[in-house]
This record gives sequence, C-alpha cells and structure tokens, in this order.
Amino acid sequence: MPTPSRYWREIPQRYRLEAGKCRNCGFVAFPPRAICPACKAREFETITLADAGKILTYTIIRVPPQPFVDQAPYAMGIVELDDGVRLTGQIVDCDFEELKIGRRVKIEFRKIFQEGESGVIYYGYKFVPE
Amino acid sequence: MREVAVIGVGMTKWGELWEKSLRQIFVETALLALDDAGVDRIDSLIVGSMSSGLFVGQEHVASLLADYLGQTPVPAARVESACASGGLALRMGFIEVASGMADIVLAGGVEKMTDVNGHEATYALGTAADQEYECFHGITFPGLYALIALAHMEKYGTTREQLAMVAVKNHDNGSLNPLAQFPFKITVDSVLSSVLVADPLRVLDCSPITDGAAAVVLCSVEMAKKLKKPIVKITGSGQATDTIALSSRKDITWLESTFQAAKKAYAMAGKKPEDIDIVEVHDCFTIAEICVTEALGLVEKGKGGKAVEEGLTALQGKIPVNASGGLKAKGHPVGATGVAQAVEIVKQLRGEAGPRQVKEAKVGLTQNMGGSGGSTVVHIFERA
Ligand SMILES: [Zn+2]
Repeated sequence: MPTPSRYWREIPQRYRLEAGKCRNCGFVAFPPRAICPACKAREFETITLADAGKILTYTIIRVPPQPFVDQAPYAMGIVELDDGVRLTGQIVDCDFEELKIGRRVKIEFRKIFQEGESGVIYYGYKFVPE
Repeated sequence: MREVAVIGVGMTKWGELWEKSLRQIFVETALLALDDAGVDRIDSLIVGSMSSGLFVGQEHVASLLADYLGQTPVPAARVESACASGGLALRMGFIEVASGMADIVLAGGVEKMTDVNGHEATYALGTAADQEYECFHGITFPGLYALIALAHMEKYGTTREQLAMVAVKNHDNGSLNPLAQFPFKITVDSVLSSVLVADPLRVLDCSPITDGAAAVVLCSVEMAKKLKKPIVKITGSGQATDTIALSSRKDITWLESTFQAAKKAYAMAGKKPEDIDIVEVHDCFTIAEICVTEALGLVEKGKGGKAVEEGLTALQGKIPVNASGGLKAKGHPVGATGVAQAVEIVKQLRGEAGPRQVKEAKVGLTQNMGGSGGSTVVHIFERA
C-alpha cells in the first residue's frame, strides 16, 4: 500500500485542478511540467482548469481493477474541457444509455475509491452531466 | 555501423505454463535460438521483461538468466518499455552488434504472467499507463483501447464487425501455428457474443495473459557469412515515444509513436510501406491492429477497418498482417512479444513458416508497442 505522501502530493491537481501554463507559448500542462513540450520554455504560471467540457470518447468498465470492484460497471471517458485540456475520469450520475460523444459534462469533486474498510479514502474529480 | 544479421531464432509453446518457472521458460527458448545459430557462447545478453518484479517478485533477471544460460560473466541487461520491452531488447542487441561493442548477442524476451491472480495481473499491466492520472481513476488497458475504439468508430465509421474481423483473421492464422496459445479458429459471431470487458471491446477483442519467451541470436553479416547460416538482415530499426496518458494526445485515434518509429526504420532501410511483404504488429486489442496499419502507412488514415474487411491484411492478402496469429491467438507474454514478432518474420523470410508461409516474402516489418502507444519499436528485416 502506498504511503500517504504519494496521495497528498497530488492534491493540488486532484482537488484544485491546478495546471501549468507556459509563459512563452501558452501551452497548458496538466499535471504541471517543468519544461514545455511545445516550445521547451521553463517558465509557467499556475492556472486552474475549466470546470466543464464535452465527452470526446467513453467506455463502460465491466472488468475493473481491484480497488473499483464494488463500483463496476462504471463509465469512464476522456473529456475536453472548455480550455482545451483533456482529462481521463469517471462519468457518473448518468445512465449508460445517455452517454454520448459531444455531450456536455462538468467537473465535481467526489470520492474515487478507498483502501478497504479502514484505509485511506481517495478523492478527486469526476464528470457529471451539465 | 556494421550490418547486422539474425542467425538464430527460438520460440517454445506459449500458454499457461504452470509447471515452468520464468528461468526455465527463458532458458529453454534461448537454447533453441543458440542451437539454431550453431553457437554455444555469446558476448552479451539483452532481456526484455516488462514486470518480472510484479509478476514473479524477481528483479535483476538479466543476471539470473545469464547465470542459468551458463554465460556468466558476459554483460547482461534487462530492458523495459512496457509491452514493447521485447522489441527494445532486439533494438539494443542490434545497436551492440552494429556498433562493434559485441560480436554475438542473444536478444530475448520473457514474461511469466500466471503466477499471480487476475487482479494482480491487471495491476501489473496497468502500470504501463499513468498510475496517478489514468489508473487512479479506474481505467484498465481494455478500457484505454476501448476509448480509442469508440473514437475511431465515430471519426471514421469503423464498425464493430470490422474489429471482430481482426480477431477472426488472427485466429485463422494462429490455427496454423502450433506454438500459439490458442491455435484454433473463431467466428465474427463468437466475438460479438463474447462477454463485454470495456464497451465496445469484448473478451475476444483482447489478447490473453500468457507465459512465454522468445529469443534471437544476432551477429555481424560478415561473421554470419563465415558461419554459413541462412542470413536475414536487420536493415532498419526505429524507436519513438508519445505521451504516456492517452488523454494528452492531439488525436486519440492516431498512434504517433508508431508513425515516428516507422519513419525512422523506413529511412534507415531505404524502404517505403509498399515495399513490405509481411508484417507482424502489436494487436493487443483488435482496434490496435487497425490503428497500427494506418500509422505504419500500410493503409490510409481511417481505412484500417475497411482493409481487414476487404481481406487486404489476410494471409493471402496484399499485405499479410500477423501471419503468426498475432498477440490475439499466439498469446502476449508482454516482454517476449516483440522478440517473437522477429522470430516469425525471420522464419517467413527463410521460407520456414510451414502452412502459414507467405509466398515470396523478402522484406518484413515488426511493430511492437508499449502501453496505449506511449512507446513503439519498429524493425525491418530483409532476406540476404
Ligand atoms: Zn511553451
């Protein structure tokens, strides 16, 4: 089992959607990077990602990894946020029949999974219909 | 740079090999390659293994395998690039021989995947994706390729049936390969009625969990001529990377690492896609084969599904793809896969592929891919 530090060091991204915007070319890196893949500049400003976007593609996970067994089947997708950044995450509060490429969704802060009965509870972003 | 030849190949029966350990599987296979080459000593050993640590709790396998192959004190290295570890082992062996750093190199790959249960295997394979930003949210490898599949269907009109036809074709070919894990035919109906894993992908769209190894012996062409062995040259080697997370790609349906690796390999070999007679590609999922044939330039962008439907990539087609049965039917012991692709191409170019022999095969290509396309290794082979 990972130590809590592995979890809390990702909090700025998982809780607050903090990304790095290249001061030279405007490329937005999420999670933040030390060097811009587009122009190789190293100066970034911290920005917050848009909180809504549209579904680019999706699937329904029917054979889940161990920590997600009690959630399956569940929908996952890649969502393009309104600022152009793309994230992978679960799409919840949405019937599978309602899933559609192009559908608008917004980001909500939710429980992702927990380590057994008394283990750490992990939180992060999920997508819900707008 | 010296010209490099493959002078020996080895592969043993793949499957759920409960009675055999990682070291046994590797050594048996490596000895076949050494015997085929007619040599009993090597200058260097390169082993591709994706995750011996998670699958059997053993790291430091390069030393272990040099030891059990009776080759200490030769230098030995394990290389890892997820499911492209085998292709990378071949490339590292190629580089050692081409550069003159070693004369005879054994490049092999191995994975022993059935010592752990299904959840542990899923976890180990998942480590090829971004742990913190993909796996953390509950994605799986079938899930990532399902995301690619749906996007491809939406963008290009690729059909569910065309995906199934990839699996059917590869099982047709695999039924002619006695070393395959699943050497039997399946039908489009059986694929479409198999259990859903990650919509739209079903279990018969997925390559299996496999124990297995593959090995090749490489030396300079000059030395191969002295040994009087049938010579297959490696004339092109290319490797490239892409973002580890699928979501970071500009086009989710396009495998840029495969395109870039192939571009380098084609340039080195002085070949174009239309010069290639036979291809082994990384069909970890049916959609992967479709995207790979596009990225290799064998078919137009978006036409990969149509190509399968029209029989272009069948054994008797214009560009036979995965004559061996591919990962789908032959099996996918991740670290071994890239080397096994080379074994198949060498057998085909030597005319030793038996009932699945592709006539007049002179130029072959292998494409081995890691993760959801975060890395690719491509090689081009020619009969001397
Ligand atoms: Zn920049």
